[in-house]
Amino acid sequence: MNFLLELLISALIVLGGIFALVGSIGLVKLPDLLTRLHAPTKATTLGVGGALVASMLFFFGIEGTLSIHEVLISVFLFLTAPITAHFIAKAHLHEHVELREDLPPTGREQGWSTFDGLPEAEHKDHV
Amino acid sequence: MIEYALNFGYAAVSVAVLLNLWRLLRGPSLMDRVLAVDTMVINIIALIILFGIQQRTTVFFEGALLFAMFGFISTVAYCRFILRGDVIE
Repeated sequence: MNFLLELLISALIVLGGIFALVGSIGLVKLPDLLTRLHAPTKATTLGVGGALVASMLFFFGIEGTLSIHEVLISVFLFLTAPITAHFIAKAHLHEHVELREDLPPTGREQGWSTFDGLPEAEHKDHV
Repeated sequence: MIEYALNFGYAAVSVAVLLNLWRLLRGPSLMDRVLAVDTMVINIIALIILFGIQQRTTVFFEGALLFAMFGFISTVAYCRFILRGDVIE
């Protein structure tokens, strides 16, 4: 039983390390920022998740103390990773205005809301 | 066995931090550098957690949590500064 637990913890640590490495390789290898954004925000978050689950199992199964901190850290990271990715993509679009021509059409009169603001009618509905 | 896994984890995450550092130094645009720092913070949290497992102590989790919050807030503040020219309006 103890052996199986140690095997599981080791596998999770190795998996987490591999995911962190893959995310950072993606950060270096991919061609431009919007594709580069994809690798670290997913793979690296999974890598930290693996290390956190391994640590939780280690302290619960081997040391015998229940620790909640890992849950706190992983929930915080999983909540904030999409927010930072969204902010970085938005700031990138605003920094490179020439990319605005390449954006797909929205299919309505109103353009992309990050450039044109909220549509008038919907805006009134919200208020 | 956990020792070997920890050594592998240290090696992998350290190489990841070096790759992030390369992107931070090289990054053609400003947001590339912000993204590199954000990823580096996440990788360093993984390093801190692995160190906590090796030392068999839970003391380092507060440090990891602080790192997570600090990384998130600095990234969002920087992006907001680029977007609006001000952090708090």
